Amino acid sequence: MEMKDRLKILRQPMPEQAPKVRARNFDEVPLGYTPDTAKIEASRCIQCKNRPCVEGCPVEVDIPAFIALVAEGKFIEAAKKIKETNALPAVCGRVCPQEAQCEARCVRGKKGEPVAIGRMERFVADNERAQGEVSIPEIPPKTGKRIAVVGSGPAGLTVAGDLVQLGHDVTIFEALHAPGGVLVYGIPEFRLPKAIVAAEVDYLKNMGVKIETSHVVGKLDTVDDLLNEGFDAVFIGTGAGLPTFMNIPGENLNGVYSANEYLTRSNLMKAYRFPEYDTPIVRGRNVAVVGGGNVAMDAARTAMRLGADNVYLIYRRSRAEMPARSEEIHHAEEEGIQFHLLTNPIRYIGNDKGWVVGVECLKMELGEPDDSGRRRPVPMKGSEFVIDIDTAVVAIGAGSNPLVQSTTPGLETNKWNYIIADEETGQTSREGVFAGGDIVTGAATVILAMGAGRKAARAIHTYVMSK
Amino acid sequence: MIAEILDKQQLSKGVFKMVLSGPKIAEKRKAGQFVVIRIHEQGERIPLTIADADPDKGTITIIFQMVGKTTRHLADLNVGDTILDLVGPLGKPTHVENFGTVACIGGGIGIAPLYPITQAMKAAGNHVISIIGARSKEVIILEDEMKAVSDEMVITTDDGSYGFKGFVSQALEEKYLLPGKKIDLAVAIGPVPMMRSVSEVTKKYNVHTVVSLNSIMVDATGMCGACRVSVGGKTQFVCVDGPEFDGHQVDFKGLMDRLCIYLGDEKQSIDHYCSCTRQVTG
Repeated sequence: MEMKDRLKILRQPMPEQAPKVRARNFDEVPLGYTPDTAKIEASRCIQCKNRPCVEGCPVEVDIPAFIALVAEGKFIEAAKKIKETNALPAVCGRVCPQEAQCEARCVRGKKGEPVAIGRMERFVADNERAQGEVSIPEIPPKTGKRIAVVGSGPAGLTVAGDLVQLGHDVTIFEALHAPGGVLVYGIPEFRLPKAIVAAEVDYLKNMGVKIETSHVVGKLDTVDDLLNEGFDAVFIGTGAGLPTFMNIPGENLNGVYSANEYLTRSNLMKAYRFPEYDTPIVRGRNVAVVGGGNVAMDAARTAMRLGADNVYLIYRRSRAEMPARSEEIHHAEEEGIQFHLLTNPIRYIGNDKGWVVGVECLKMELGEPDDSGRRRPVPMKGSEFVIDIDTAVVAIGAGSNPLVQSTTPGLETNKWNYIIADEETGQTSREGVFAGGDIVTGAATVILAMGAGRKAARAIHTYVMSK
Repeated sequence: MIAEILDKQQLSKGVFKMVLSGPKIAEKRKAGQFVVIRIHEQGERIPLTIADADPDKGTITIIFQMVGKTTRHLADLNVGDTILDLVGPLGKPTHVENFGTVACIGGGIGIAPLYPITQAMKAAGNHVISIIGARSKEVIILEDEMKAVSDEMVITTDDGSYGFKGFVSQALEEKYLLPGKKIDLAVAIGPVPMMRSVSEVTKKYNVHTVVSLNSIMVDATGMCGACRVSVGGKTQFVCVDGPEFDGHQVDFKGLMDRLCIYLGDEKQSIDHYCSCTRQVTG
């Protein structure tokens, strides 16, 4: 194809469920590319020399190469190409913030819209799975080295996938009953179907990764126990699984949830299918979700799907400062989530049975920039008002769960109790102990955790082979 | 991990004791800790105290009362059946040392979690006074087991059908605190109103009191906050900060309210379970 013809092609839209329909079901919102749209989109890539997209990818997927294969209709080969550096393409194609990473660097984005890399990655992975042609890479001879991975979220899965492919014996210890970490307890079905996570986990298992669920490291045993039992190295990828509350009056009222609890009930425990599944969830009619990140969007959209009449998203800054992906904000708006921006809750009001019936808020205005560079919200005097609600979800961020740190002597942590680890290697203050993902950086994204896992895997390989 | 039911006994009406396989948990658990179980793929996660353990046989013992759907389902299982997920040991162990004289006070099903603590207190050299009570004689559990690890024991029943007629809190006050008997520590486990009244009594006499809370939990590793309770004005997570707290500091009203969140759902879930089992058996 001539260059000028390539440049004429517009970014292929992704078909989606209509907002009114999808706001009441838990099926996935985007429907995915067809083979034809994928090929058309792939032909928009001009295969530029500098390949800035690859630099924008935390796990360095060979993006131009896989796109070239898509353009030729070699979809299975394209999947193999991605899997050379990314064990979870179906997940990443869905939840990576491509607009801030690979696609942000795409030269076609300078004049017009960037190549839809994420949508093609998703298509390629889904196609491979649908064809039943998921190939297992050849595993080199066993090294005899054993590695324990604590936590089966994006960081842990990446470490495990990389190390098993180098011939090591890898066991993942997961506290919950299902592997996947935030991919199963946090991200809702309509954004990341759990069958896809299960398939990606099965792929790792087929490569030889062992997974022990319902095993709480820090309780049943410790990192030192694992090292004493003969593991040559331990990777800690326990994530940012500690809910944050605002510590305002009424936060313990019935009907007030942490986002972690609300989403875990709905996603991991499938409370949206109660009573077929045993776990209940409060199906509020008027729901307030506090926060402006992806988790807040997930909670608000879940509340809508659980049958709410009104879902209010309360965020103390303005739309421009919202940390959520623009696509998520857009989806939430389309589905009828009502945004109360520059608004901050100051207390929850309860009835005599201890149930939340209202949230009192203050209007805010933006002042000088704070440490994060975003303009600091300042309360407006006398602007108090009450929103009538029967459910609230607090989604203002997550902290580090201390279970592993508090039971691992000599493991250094920072003032927020995140583990101190070398950015390039994941090496902690303890020999043979590595860490990466949210437990090191604080709550971030799936792909950044995977990137940290990739680097740690390399360092662990070097470490165990030199032992 | 999957656990097999190795033994099952009915202790009283609606109260069952089960021995489960769980070698590593049996080896690691300490008094005061609990497990979480999920019976099957559609199941919910519920916490149950470890009532006893045998590290040699690799087993733990749970004692539970049929209250909701999951405990009802559990009671319907038999020896040889399996539980899909068994997680533990969870929660902080009881702080055990030689305090001097320890009063171990249990109400109803609360006697089950009290037993391993009483055992540990006795082993640590304490003079152990056990006060256990229930509605009536038939629902008193673990009487012999408790007697074996106590120096003194009082049994109470609400209806007077056995032992002291009245509540455990009344027996504690009338038999020990009012006459001026020195108690260095009280451990009280049972229904919320019972723990509250014991705490009210011991506060009057300035006796430090530990209560063990049985909150609603999901992950039980500190991730969700479902089990949060206000203790001394500060929010605590029962699963990781507890389950034991200073009874004089616990907001029992808030605890009670939170235990009622899903009562309506619980009924619907039981109805659903009963209609499903009817279909299977009918």
